[in-house]
Amino acid sequence: MEHSATLDARKSVFAVMLQRFGLPRLIIAGFLLLLFIMAPFVGANLTVQIGNVINRFSWNAVLVLSLVPMIHSGCGLNFGVPLGIVAGLLGGTISIQLGFTGPMSFVMAIVLATPFAVLMGIGYGALLNRIKGGEMMITTYVGLSIISFMCMMWLLLPYSSPTMVYGLSGTGLRPTISLEGFYDKVLAGILPIPLTEDLSIPTGTLVFFALLAFLIWAFLHTKTGTAMTAVGSNPSFARASGINVNKMRLLSVVMSTWLAAIGILVYQQGFGFIQLYTAPNNLTLPTVAAILIGGASINKASIPNVIIGTILFQGIVTMTPTVLNSMIHMDMSEVIRIVVSNGMILYALTRKTEGLR
Amino acid sequence: MKTKHGFQKKLGQLVLDNSVPIMFIIICAVCIPLSGFSPSYLLNEVVTRMGRNTFLILCLLIPIIAGLGLNFAMTLGAMAGEIALILVSDWQIWGIPGVVLAMIVSIPISILLGLLCGKILNRAKGREMITSYFISFFMNGMYQLVVLYMMGPIIPIVHESIKLPRGYGIRNTVSLLNMRQSVDNLLAINIGGVKIPVLTFLLIALLCLFLIWFRRTKLGQDMRAVGQDMDVARDAGINVDRTRIVSVLISTVVAGFGMILYLQNMGNISTYSSHSQIGMFSIAALLVGGASVEKASIGNAFLGVILFHLMFIVAPSAGAQVTGDSMTGEYFRVFVSYGVIAIALVMYAAKKRRARSNAGQLLAEAQKQEENA
Repeated sequence: MEHSATLDARKSVFAVMLQRFGLPRLIIAGFLLLLFIMAPFVGANLTVQIGNVINRFSWNAVLVLSLVPMIHSGCGLNFGVPLGIVAGLLGGTISIQLGFTGPMSFVMAIVLATPFAVLMGIGYGALLNRIKGGEMMITTYVGLSIISFMCMMWLLLPYSSPTMVYGLSGTGLRPTISLEGFYDKVLAGILPIPLTEDLSIPTGTLVFFALLAFLIWAFLHTKTGTAMTAVGSNPSFARASGINVNKMRLLSVVMSTWLAAIGILVYQQGFGFIQLYTAPNNLTLPTVAAILIGGASINKASIPNVIIGTILFQGIVTMTPTVLNSMIHMDMSEVIRIVVSNGMILYALTRKTEGLR
Repeated sequence: MKTKHGFQKKLGQLVLDNSVPIMFIIICAVCIPLSGFSPSYLLNEVVTRMGRNTFLILCLLIPIIAGLGLNFAMTLGAMAGEIALILVSDWQIWGIPGVVLAMIVSIPISILLGLLCGKILNRAKGREMITSYFISFFMNGMYQLVVLYMMGPIIPIVHESIKLPRGYGIRNTVSLLNMRQSVDNLLAINIGGVKIPVLTFLLIALLCLFLIWFRRTKLGQDMRAVGQDMDVARDAGINVDRTRIVSVLISTVVAGFGMILYLQNMGNISTYSSHSQIGMFSIAALLVGGASVEKASIGNAFLGVILFHLMFIVAPSAGAQVTGDSMTGEYFRVFVSYGVIAIALVMYAAKKRRARSNAGQLLAEAQKQEENA
């Protein structure tokens, strides 16, 4: 009798855990585990694989982190990540245009991106305050519009640095700009731990992310941060207790936009290239999907969600091509990536989220 | 004096209500002279594009009536149409019979996809648009899975000409040369150098008649009730979930037909990209015609297809004239398509929010009056 009671309790604990963890997350984590187990059997070097996952984690983590403030203030998933990315791209390209090189170009890129990110964030936040309840659809299209608008701008703005513009005409930025001599591996190169000949753990980038993550965590525990969370979880209650809802939301949007700008610069220094034109589009879905895989929902997100989600998502992205290719000689990684990322977003959208406005 | 003021106000309201079409008329008016195209060329192109796209745009109307907003998941129907066309071209059935058979084959696929889409959307009430947007992306992955990996080993594909050299999966382009414009050319008439695809327009007219008739049926009325207020509709005994699913279903099937008409006009299928932009362009065109997220008419669809595609034709060469780079114009038209959708969504959300706060104020006032009495 007693035995069965404990069994029941254990079962319910398990069920609660499963419910909290979510079935898709479990499937994805299991899939990744399977990939890691399979890797040695198909002849993939596990050290290289893990090193790749850590590297890709370091590129993307700040971008994923940028979603946290807006989720906290109840603005939902920020599909307008491209807005922040554009600010970062402007910072990076202007820094190179002004002739900064080496680590200084990275610092200047951040400094120059900041006013763009803040201004765009204020405009974006003011817009989102006028359309409460319809944020996600509008953020999507704001993101798409700003990218296609910037496509024109990259051609028309008076850039002239020979490393960036088309050689023949001397105007218009090239789609891919190498960062060699500028901020390529500027963070990753700080105290790297070598794994193999050309692979190392990017300590600097990880520390940089940890620093930003800590700052966000600390901010969310200040008075302002708590107020922001209150706005997200119950706006009427927040208003009743004297919090300026619109101001909090605006602040969260500016923070998200700025973090996304920093995020793309961190991504570029790891990747080694600036990608312009429609390339930022390809970053939106992986970013949003990552935080959801990590356990966030439309109105709840934490730093562990960011870390777990980015590792899981980037793990799948890096592992599937190698493992599946050698297993069944088919490159299905692209399809898996599309299905996993969009499936995850759909799962989050179709769940009944209590207290959402 | 007062009437004049009232007239001005009315005119202002009219301009405000139709700001998007007016903006587009201005864009077109500026771009057409810059582009340097002759009127007959433009007329020809617009007529062709009307025949090609109107069917696809009309499929968006029914979900709007049912309150589901813009159905970004119309792409699902487009995918069904493409799969049907790939199969039919593998079976080597060409011309009008091929088109008709493709339409028949597309129906079960569309129904299946529409059913799935409707079920998912019912779980995401209040967030239909963003959900349908991601359904289209998700199903694009599934589509690739089917077309790239299953066609060949699981779904028999006989002809090497449409298979990838590796033995399974479909090539990037499937030629529909023997089917090309078979619907458009049948009964086509030529007026002053402008080819008018009469049969295609007849089919579009038939769809319009169906839409007009459908709105008057019991189901159509139910949909309108559901679109206005789900709770009230439920209290009135309408099966809300079922009605919504049916609306998505019809939209998906019509989108499938539309895609087949679109592709027979184009003459080939870009297997992996034909459907990816079609949802965005159709929605943008409908919005350009003056539709909003909650209200759209057949007239909006026709005006939209003309204005939007006129802009689409003239923008690249006008852009090249102004900036010396044809890419600017290409980016400009994509920007405008996205921008129009963004503006329409913002206007809708702002209006909804205003209506809600108005309702709250009315309620508060009513309560106050009750207290006073």
